[in-house]
Amino acid sequence: MKYIDEFRDPQLARTLLANTRARSTQPVRFMEFCGGHTHAIFRHGLRQMLPPTVKLRSGPGCPVCVTASADLDRAIALAKLPDVLITTFGDMLKVPGSHGALQTAKAEGADVRVVYSALDALQIARDHPERAVIFLGVGFETTAPTVAVSILEAEAGGLDNFYVLSLHKLTPPATRAILDAGEVRLSGIIGPGHVTTVIGSRAWEFLPRDYSVPCAVAGFEPLDILRAVAALVEMVESGQPAVVNAYARGVHPEGNRTALDIMHRVFEVSEADWRGLGRMPASGLALRPEYARFDAALAFPVDPGPTREHEGCRCGDVLRGTVEPPDCPLFRRVCTPARPVGPCMVSAEGACAAWYRYGGVDV
Amino acid sequence: MCLAIPTLITSIEGTSARAEIGGVERTISLALTPEARVGDYVLVHTGFAIGVLDEEEAQETLRLLEELAEFYTGETNGEWRMANDELEMVSAIRNSQSAILR
Amino acid sequence: MSDKILLAHGSGGQLSHELVEHLFLKYFDNPILAHLDDAAVVRETRFFGKNRVSGKLAFTTDSYVVSPIFFPGGDIGKLAVCGTVNDLAMRGAMPLYLSAGFILEEGLPLADLERVVASMAVTAQAAGVQIVTGDTKVVDHGKADRLFINTAGVGVVSAGVNPGGDQVRPGDVVILSGTVGDHGMTIMSQREGLRFDSPLVSDCAPLHGLVAAMLDALSSLPLGEGSGVRALHCLRDPTRGGLATALNEVAGKSGVGIEIEEHAVPVRDAVRAACELLGLDPLYVANEGKLVTFVATEAADAVLARMRTHEYGREAAIIGQVTAEHAGRVVLRTALGARRVLDMLVGEQLPRIC
Repeated sequence: MKYIDEFRDPQLARTLLANTRARSTQPVRFMEFCGGHTHAIFRHGLRQMLPPTVKLRSGPGCPVCVTASADLDRAIALAKLPDVLITTFGDMLKVPGSHGALQTAKAEGADVRVVYSALDALQIARDHPERAVIFLGVGFETTAPTVAVSILEAEAGGLDNFYVLSLHKLTPPATRAILDAGEVRLSGIIGPGHVTTVIGSRAWEFLPRDYSVPCAVAGFEPLDILRAVAALVEMVESGQPAVVNAYARGVHPEGNRTALDIMHRVFEVSEADWRGLGRMPASGLALRPEYARFDAALAFPVDPGPTREHEGCRCGDVLRGTVEPPDCPLFRRVCTPARPVGPCMVSAEGACAAWYRYGGVDV
Repeated sequence: MCLAIPTLITSIEGTSARAEIGGVERTISLALTPEARVGDYVLVHTGFAIGVLDEEEAQETLRLLEELAEFYTGETNGEWRMANDELEMVSAIRNSQSAILR
Repeated sequence: MSDKILLAHGSGGQLSHELVEHLFLKYFDNPILAHLDDAAVVRETRFFGKNRVSGKLAFTTDSYVVSPIFFPGGDIGKLAVCGTVNDLAMRGAMPLYLSAGFILEEGLPLADLERVVASMAVTAQAAGVQIVTGDTKVVDHGKADRLFINTAGVGVVSAGVNPGGDQVRPGDVVILSGTVGDHGMTIMSQREGLRFDSPLVSDCAPLHGLVAAMLDALSSLPLGEGSGVRALHCLRDPTRGGLATALNEVAGKSGVGIEIEEHAVPVRDAVRAACELLGLDPLYVANEGKLVTFVATEAADAVLARMRTHEYGREAAIIGQVTAEHAGRVVLRTALGARRVLDMLVGEQLPRIC
């Protein structure tokens, strides 16, 4: 497959690793912001291949994981309303809220359907004019523009039964928050490749500028990730932090203007509740007043009741990068993919799920 | 936020397109990449093209990685042997530095 | 007959009899079934080719609830026959007789049922098994997803043949009969919301012929103590949960470690591409016409060679080996040369966005 196979070449991977090994003298810790990177790193076995001086730490880049419990409970409460049909990306189905997951509601008779795209949700709304079809808008800047398009198409088509519960969040504020908190010493950031396709590599310039932390924007194939790591090592060793676009085939400095315009046309920046990071100003997206009639939160105000956090669960700390999954007392002993306590173990991109699946054996 | 797959646009109709990868075809939306043309490769995320892939940049990346490979000679008993000559090594690293940071 | 299934078709009366006479008997045409007694009485041994087959009785059952019921490469009926035949084959049994129990949803078009039954007949015929007894029930509309089928099967295991999940030993070679992920991705491609056009086809197939060929290849090998067939330690068909799950089950039951080479596992380009699109891993996707086998080292080449001459083993490949280390765990050597754990599937694989 073009643009995939070439970037998995084992020989070139070994080259990058040799280069990294040669250049790396001081111990460093890089954060891969994106859950997709955590997954790819584990899947290809990259962690073990890096020199001992280079450590990686997972960040909060799993939109399902950072969805706050109260928001999840709200989604589940919506699912239980009569004549409501919930459409959602698959990852959200199994995340435990205060009283069960969406999957539990589904098993009890709620109409919850997994879709691959916001447009599929829109089609379901067209096919079921008698139901209120609510789409759970989860995702960062890669996904938000796609949801914006679906809302614009709903408007153009005069649909009156399509709604979006916007739980979308922005990535640069979360990165800032982690660095501001100063709880974990980070020598560099591996930037999320596809978010940056949309927002542009210049969006990360605040990292070297305000924090003297280098950033290398990475794609998701092994060579992309290894190249980003090599670039970060280089910048640390030379003491010259900057933003390096190590995904030049898919990322431009200005990003995708069309996508950003569409996203900002439908959404406005708002505060948002992040699991692990708490409530942060200007870190989420809400539907603009002009699109209020598509806003599920306004059309269906539900009170999901008090939130119950699961005792002992350290998802929040894992998301902030202060600990690694094996440091959580529940990891593997109580919390497993079959019986998850927190979202990090449920979501395919969650750090705990990745560690559980791929780690645990000294190989 | 992350999963986007490079697919080839085989036909376009309005803001929709047929995109193909490994023999699998799907209908996608070009609403976010109106500049895409038949024959372009686009990154597809949840059924939408979010960016057009730059073939030249891809080739450039692979080319400089292959250049880098020339500084390092193969494998001996699982250890990576680098260029023997001290000078050669320094220059290799210096060249690789600029290559890596491009 | 009406063109839709009615509740009365399941009540045992006139309409039930008509359904049996005009549909099931028409397609599952054999003298045992034609008796239409409460139970089928079959001979305990039978001739297969020139060889009289006798030995231990193997018995299995499975239910089939796949949706959609028709898909490229097969249908629920073909699946119901092959799945049960394969369960028998995985114990080294020669499948002989099947039962077929149908739970039909009121309103199911009769034409659909006929198509499924015809497919079962064709598949059974090709597999050399007979459907000798059955049952039909009809439930209210909405209480079943079109139709569900249960098949139970009996077969005979020859002396000396005893493959089992706990028989695998360090040093055994792991051989896969062909490409993985075909069936699951074909089904996935048909589902609402995940539709895409592709050259994906289910690999649904009966594997007992392949197993018989493998056993035959072994029986003509001089392998020291015992007959050659004892070198076949385990057979597994990687259905739900895919290859990774099947390997983990065996590693656990036998208390051994298994090492797999990622690049050695055959996967069709279309399956690979479909998996990339949806963020799925082909190693966890269901197969309905593949087997993985664990054989003693000395026998591996002979088994592999014979598999490749069989229509359902043309792309057979050695994918790994069994070790005494990391007992109970399966380790994958990635295409990059790194090693990581290959865990079993927990829950379902759902398409990722991230």
